[in-house]
Amino acid sequence: MPDPAATAETDTEIPAGATAVLVLADGTAIFGRGFGAAVTRVGEVVFNTSMTGYQEILTDPSYAGQIITFTFPHVGNVGANADDHETTTPASLGCILRADITAASNYRAQRSLDDWLRSHDLPGQAGVDTRRLTRRIRDAGAPHGALCHAPDGKFDLAALRQLAADWPGLEGMDLAKTVSCTQTYHWDQTLWSFADDGQGDGYGALAAPAKHVVAIDYGAKRNILRNLAAQGCRVTVVPATATAQEVLDLAPDGIFLANGPGDPAATGVYAVPELRTLIDSGKPIFGICLGHQMLALALGAETEKMHMGHRGANHPVKDLETGKVEITSQNHGFVVKEASLPDTVTVTHRSLFDGTVEGIRVEGKPIFSVQYHPEASPGPMDSHYLFARFRELLG
Amino acid sequence: MPKRTDIQSILIIGAGPIVIGQACEFDYSGTQACKALKDEGYRVILVNSNPATIMTDPGLADATYVEPITPEIVARVIERERPDALLPTMGGQTALNTARALSHDGTLEKFGVELIGADLTAIEKAEDRQQFREAMTAIALDTPRSRLINDFADAAEALDHVGLPAIIRPSYTLGGQGGGIAYNREEFEQIVRNGLRLSPSSEVLIEESVLGWKEFEMEVIRDRADNCIIVCSIENVDPMGVHTGDSITVAPALTLTDKEYQRMRNASIAVLREIGVETGGSNVQFAIDPATGRQIVIEMNPRVSRSSALASKATGFPIAKIAAKLAVGYTLDELDNDITGVTPASFEPTIDYVVTKIPRFTFEKFPGADARLTTSMKSVGEVMAIGRTFAESLQKALRGLETGLSGLDPVALKGAQDGEVDHQAVVAELTEPTSDRLLKVAQALRVGLSVDEVYRACHVDLWFLERIAEIIAAEESLVADGLPHDPAGWLTVKGLGFSDARLADLTDHDEGVVAGRRRGLGVRPVYKRIDTCAAEIPSQTPYMYSTYETGIGGQSAENEADPSDARKVVILGGGPNRIGQGIEFDYCCVHAAYALSEAGFETIMVNCNPETVSTDYDTSDRLYFEPLTAEDVIELVEVERSRGTVLGVIVQFGGQTPLKLAAALEEAQIPILGTSPDAIDLAEDRERFQKLLQRLELRQPHNGTATSSDQAEGIAEEIGYPVVIRPSYVLGGRAMEIVHDPDGLRRYMREAVVVSGNNPVLIDSFLRQATEIDVDAVADGTDVFIAGVMEHIEEAGIHSGDSACSLPPVSLEPDVIDEVKRQAAMLARGLNVIGLMNVQFAVKGDEVFILEVNPRASRTVPFVAKATGVAIAKIASRVMAGEKLADFALPDRDPDHVAVKEAVFPFARFPGSDIILGPEMKSTGEVMGIDRGFARAFAKSQVAGGTVLPDRGTVFVSVKDSDKSALVEIARTLQSVGFSLMATAGTADALKAAGIDSHRVKKVLEGRPHIVDNMLSGHVDLVINTTEGAQAIRDSFSLRHTALTHNIPYYTTVEGARAAVRAIEALRGGHLEVTPLQTYLVGSF
Ligand SMILES: Nc1ncnc2c1ncn2[C@@H]1O[C@H](COP(=O)(O)OP(=O)(O)O)[C@@H](O)[C@H]1O
Ligand SMILES: Nc1ncnc2c1ncn2[C@@H]1O[C@H](COP(=O)(O)OP(=O)(O)O)[C@@H](O)[C@H]1O
Ligand SMILES: [Mg+2]
Ligand SMILES: [Mg+2]
Repeated sequence: MPDPAATAETDTEIPAGATAVLVLADGTAIFGRGFGAAVTRVGEVVFNTSMTGYQEILTDPSYAGQIITFTFPHVGNVGANADDHETTTPASLGCILRADITAASNYRAQRSLDDWLRSHDLPGQAGVDTRRLTRRIRDAGAPHGALCHAPDGKFDLAALRQLAADWPGLEGMDLAKTVSCTQTYHWDQTLWSFADDGQGDGYGALAAPAKHVVAIDYGAKRNILRNLAAQGCRVTVVPATATAQEVLDLAPDGIFLANGPGDPAATGVYAVPELRTLIDSGKPIFGICLGHQMLALALGAETEKMHMGHRGANHPVKDLETGKVEITSQNHGFVVKEASLPDTVTVTHRSLFDGTVEGIRVEGKPIFSVQYHPEASPGPMDSHYLFARFRELLG
Repeated sequence: MPKRTDIQSILIIGAGPIVIGQACEFDYSGTQACKALKDEGYRVILVNSNPATIMTDPGLADATYVEPITPEIVARVIERERPDALLPTMGGQTALNTARALSHDGTLEKFGVELIGADLTAIEKAEDRQQFREAMTAIALDTPRSRLINDFADAAEALDHVGLPAIIRPSYTLGGQGGGIAYNREEFEQIVRNGLRLSPSSEVLIEESVLGWKEFEMEVIRDRADNCIIVCSIENVDPMGVHTGDSITVAPALTLTDKEYQRMRNASIAVLREIGVETGGSNVQFAIDPATGRQIVIEMNPRVSRSSALASKATGFPIAKIAAKLAVGYTLDELDNDITGVTPASFEPTIDYVVTKIPRFTFEKFPGADARLTTSMKSVGEVMAIGRTFAESLQKALRGLETGLSGLDPVALKGAQDGEVDHQAVVAELTEPTSDRLLKVAQALRVGLSVDEVYRACHVDLWFLERIAEIIAAEESLVADGLPHDPAGWLTVKGLGFSDARLADLTDHDEGVVAGRRRGLGVRPVYKRIDTCAAEIPSQTPYMYSTYETGIGGQSAENEADPSDARKVVILGGGPNRIGQGIEFDYCCVHAAYALSEAGFETIMVNCNPETVSTDYDTSDRLYFEPLTAEDVIELVEVERSRGTVLGVIVQFGGQTPLKLAAALEEAQIPILGTSPDAIDLAEDRERFQKLLQRLELRQPHNGTATSSDQAEGIAEEIGYPVVIRPSYVLGGRAMEIVHDPDGLRRYMREAVVVSGNNPVLIDSFLRQATEIDVDAVADGTDVFIAGVMEHIEEAGIHSGDSACSLPPVSLEPDVIDEVKRQAAMLARGLNVIGLMNVQFAVKGDEVFILEVNPRASRTVPFVAKATGVAIAKIASRVMAGEKLADFALPDRDPDHVAVKEAVFPFARFPGSDIILGPEMKSTGEVMGIDRGFARAFAKSQVAGGTVLPDRGTVFVSVKDSDKSALVEIARTLQSVGFSLMATAGTADALKAAGIDSHRVKKVLEGRPHIVDNMLSGHVDLVINTTEGAQAIRDSFSLRHTALTHNIPYYTTVEGARAAVRAIEALRGGHLEVTPLQTYLVGSF
């Protein structure tokens, strides 16, 4: 890898019918049929192995700066709708598929995925040997690439290659700021439920809040907030840049650290000092994904970039305290270095795929966090219990 | 939790004979279970009456009981073996019901046997429709409105409650047997009566219909620590109303949003917990209303099932193996995922391809059978195909079915003839679920119906219909513009799954030309791996499928085949099970793989049947899950040839399927191992074969070949009636008949066959009252080893696959036996057989006739191996690879025990069809009875085949004239052991003449009360009825039909009856003893 047949020199001729291309920093050009918006996006090319939930994935803010290769060939079958959003404006940069997007066939569908992508200004490309691309990412790591959808089939490969090569990469990149809310807001929507008539399906609303949680938004997925609300918590969502004082002034019963994109170290520059204060405040704290990494940094540990990251809905994680295995939804490219953890911190969860740290707890303090996505959406709900665990800590 | 050390020995119950609803998927699961538990050091005890299974190979269990699977017999095994535990979840409904009976009758408690995998309460909660409903309500899962009844009297009230159409679902039956859909009261009452009778607990659920809803299945696994995973989701393309076993299905589910999928996932896991399946795999079925998303639970099976076999093959996750290990205490995280080798079994497989399963039916063999698909399963086998898109996998599956399709071939629509399209009529046709509905759907789109019209008619989800419409559109442009001109164009059509054969039809070229053009442009398939993880983790296992990556990736598509530089042998499997070609052939292929790996070759298996052991990733060194067509096989062999050396291909073990490919393979300069295709043709080609026999001075029945009706009559006159007549090149005696007169012959030529120059009919003089003999042999070009001589119980005229047989022979004179052995040896040499050969002889007086020779593996190979202890398929494959018989230690005399093979029939599934046997094969499976003497061995074979022989009561006898003399002795014996006789006039007279009294009874046409009245009132305990001649057969149909539907044991041949009477005598002489194969076969292996 990359094999010569795949390396396109700038004079690579463009195959007939190609209306999109993904050009990688090493010059590899992968052509396909374009769909979605006719634009160019540059970022890190990753893959996701989920077989359902493409809309939730595309709207997960943690994908900021990333182009998503779906390993399942048929994507778009169930169309798009207004409910399966994890944020208002998707932060992912586009997607790469094996098969063309088809008309939607599902009672929940409101429009085709193609429309939906266009309406969010996201490009996509089909007709790609996505398994080959996935294997390349697996073996050589997530490359930088420029995805360009040009209906006229005219591409400047050299320029695209340059874009990919010049893209700085996620390391050192603070993306949380770009996807975080800019103003504080309140959240009281609870979890989804089906009503058998097909009409009354929908999210619930929190009736009588028992507790107050302040969630620091590094790029929160809505289903996290819904899970907190479902536990009877009124949630106040504050920007990533909120200071410890601002948070404490809201008199929370507990503090939640959300998931988010980018390099934890970069975001940590301004987030960590605030977190240290919050940790000392003695308030219960629960972190997910980037929130988990922020917490680890604040506790004195380090994070590092993974070779290819964990992205899928089938990752087994063992709860070292109960011995039970949960099938989890994951999306992270950085990870906490186990060796760097201070001895006040216990590893509570571990990946059964590669043994990496998936959860930690602070000894003697009501503080814990997990690397994966217990809120699911998409993915199995095996880990919803963590929100109940947090709720208990709130007294 | 590590494995349990408080148990040392485990009893596994198999599924018994292959029947509709329980095919070789339970050999796959049982074999995995035996291996897994033996590896863990447990003493494994197995009971299974089916000799054609791999699991009953004496090496797989410590004690292998090829004995009837009845509570009584299994209880005896338990008494003898004292196992610590019983694993009831590997042998389908049979094992589950037997285990249930054994706990109810106290046997398990008495001998301190623990049920592992699923306990009694779990089994009953899942299988008892009412308890299941209540359990679902308890966990707030929706089920259809319904009423459970145990008494026909309550049926009417139940119907008012649910309304028509109503679904009738019996408890504890297999493959929906006894169930159905009632559209009117009459149907309703008839189905309910039948259902009550067939349900072991005589209860049926009367249920509100959700016909037309989407149907889904979830394969779930749970361990002792309550870790639960979904191995695979399956979506039925055929909506609710068609049994999942008869439905075209795809994996994974393709039309669910994540929210719906997670709801179904949660529900599946909740069901396992509530039912109390502590460990192992289960299958949960759901229905979803496409309009509202309403989800209801249909049922769950607390055991591995047909669907779990499919799920295992579809994902690479070995459900049965894992389930067996969980049953002895492991948890999922303690077990490895063999495919990756580096990750644990506690994860959910994710796939990056689409799997399509299509069932295979055999209605043509059962005239009178209702060919509509309902909630009661009717298919006899299935094909699975894998592609990167739904279209590709669908078209691969269609050609893998081997029903003459090369894709979505056109079919006739009543509503659309000669250009006229009557939309109403077409819609009406599509409304009826039939085995070829998908082809009709395609045709309807072809003739211009809209996708929506089609949807409203058949409720196949729009997503699937649109994909099919895309295939039809592609066909239209191919017809219009001919074959593509550039690689991109080619890749696009091949990517839709079009076979070269289909492209040839569409563009009318011949297939060779199409293949030539394609390869000329360098358009070849690539091979991708089935790795359980969508490439996230490198795979250690070469389990592969072909695909054409789409046109404009701009990169050479990636091929993961990565062939080795070893010396390789390619073994071609048998494809989907069907009557005449089933598990016996898979057994042979698996043995070839085992033997040749042992001999140091790299073994490469090619097959497309998900139920089999041959398609387990650890049976051979490399597995290609591909259709068995010339195109697909040649492409993969070329890839294997690109490195190392392909010694050759074995085409003689998988039945007719791979044999048909021999010519094409030779043309592609691919070497064939063993007996040359020319020798095979020599045996199949009438003229050539006759010359050979003349040269060897061997006899065959007078015969001739006709290419026209007149010619046929001429030949028949000259040979003399009755004659046996059939088309050339058939398996399982397809369309084969015995005709007694010119009228019969004309009817046959008119209705049964289309003869022409290149497909003539073969006419043989029918040998009356001749004894048929099967001989299996292995030859190496120098020596010939006669492995087994089997004497058929029924006379020649009953297909060898349908007649019972005894090894060693019971009544044949030693010199006759020596003579057939001599002739078999001559034939082996004459045909220069290298490997297996099967010969069928008919002996009349002291004359020996040759009926046919098959220089290939035969249906009886596994039976012979089990009966004699000589693994002839293994020896044969090594001989084919160059070794000599002299290198093996072979016994030179018959065993001193007796093994009887008996056939098992699907008549009960096809009530409209007649149960008389003839030269056309109708059985789906077989059982073996083994004991010291013939009578008891035969008795066991009957019990194992489900015939409950009476030990007292009334026997009804009515036989054709030619059988009357033979009947006398039978009747006398019956009377002497205390049976009373009931006979029709002619038979009664014959008996009277011999001084035997019988109670005369009217034939059905002679007024009432007639014999059927007597049967219905329970006055008849055994039926002996033989007939010939179309009229007589028609007149006596209703009595055989009654025997069938009211489970009254019956014999339709006098020889069968004679043997049965001997068995009855034997049974009165004391109950049946059980003995493991290992004891009979001591020394061998
Ligand atoms: N209420 C119903 N309405 C329509 N079809 C049904 C209903 N219940 C069952 N079926 C159909 O009958 C088939 C067989 O029912 P099932 O209970 O699964 O029998 P089995 O136990 O033999 O699998 C199902 O696959 C489904 O297609
Ligand atoms: N000449 C014959 N006389 C009597 N029975 C015959 C004769 N030829 C065939 N049969 C019967 O028909 C059955 C099927 O014929 P066979 O040639 O074996 O077909 P297949 O190739 O399907 O096995 C045989 O098993 C035998 O019982
Ligand atoms: Mg079922
Ligand atoms: Mg035969």
